[in-house]
Amino acid sequence: MKRALPVLAVVATAMFALAPFYIMQAPIEATMGLVQKIFYFHVPSAMMMFVSTFVCGIASALFLFGKRERADRVAVAAAELVVMFGLIVLVTGPIWARKSWGVWWQWDARLTLSLLLWMIFLAYLLVRKYGGPGSEKLAAAMALFGMADVPFVYVSVNIWRTLHPTTSVVPTLQRSMAGPFWFSVAAFAVLYILLLTLRVRLAHQQADVERLYLIANED
Amino acid sequence: MRASVRCVLRRIAPLLAVAAICLVVVAPVFAQGGPQPPEGFVPVTEVPASEQLPAAPLVMGAYAFVWVVLVVYLWSIARRLTKVQAEIDRLVSRLDKGA
Repeated sequence: MKRALPVLAVVATAMFALAPFYIMQAPIEATMGLVQKIFYFHVPSAMMMFVSTFVCGIASALFLFGKRERADRVAVAAAELVVMFGLIVLVTGPIWARKSWGVWWQWDARLTLSLLLWMIFLAYLLVRKYGGPGSEKLAAAMALFGMADVPFVYVSVNIWRTLHPTTSVVPTLQRSMAGPFWFSVAAFAVLYILLLTLRVRLAHQQADVERLYLIANED
Repeated sequence: MRASVRCVLRRIAPLLAVAAICLVVVAPVFAQGGPQPPEGFVPVTEVPASEQLPAAPLVMGAYAFVWVVLVVYLWSIARRLTKVQAEIDRLVSRLDKGA
């Protein structure tokens, strides 16, 4: 994996450099106009947030029930990425909404549940940082609740009345819009793998530091 | 003669009265020099194009935000990796000296 990191970095940089040109070539949406272009990085960010939530939740379950230390390091790395991609979703969404809906924020099911999901993982990181000994298990349990929130966020637009577009938008995209969209998703996926790998490596090194301190104190 | 003049005046008197009234009503309009704008707020059904929120700065702003967040996060990971690596090196050298 160490050798793959520079390759991933180059591919991610190239894809992010090309993405704006590809997105600009996509046709302008009839109702929303130019501001709909935010869709091409708002939705991929949300997808990576969901993926990261599942990575964190599954790794936390492996840590809680399987006592796997390495899984806990993956979980903390994924939780940080949930917060980072969630921040992008929660900022770009209201910018899009301001033009399309005329308001920055609407307390409807989709937006409120997304904010709640983001806050659960922010709380996860705060518990890990300031919770003291044993906080890993408490945080892992929180991650399971966070993961359980994802299906509600996803289906909320189909169940409750909301201004947010429904889940049928992506499957029914025109070919001219689907190309740039899936290219953008691929760029975000490559970046996600790169960031997760780097962050897991950091978690491993932090564990090494703790181990070395223990050895030094024994001596 | 006098009777005939009086008869003519009596006939045209209503016409003169109507003409005078019309003059009184119409004269101020001509005196103001054209239609005046209505007083107070004037409602319109659609927002004028010049007043609408432009989309381009919003799209650029959102895109710039994504880039800033990603670059800051990458920088944060790189900084933490460097710091931890330095700490590992320091601890390893300390343990080597102790041994």
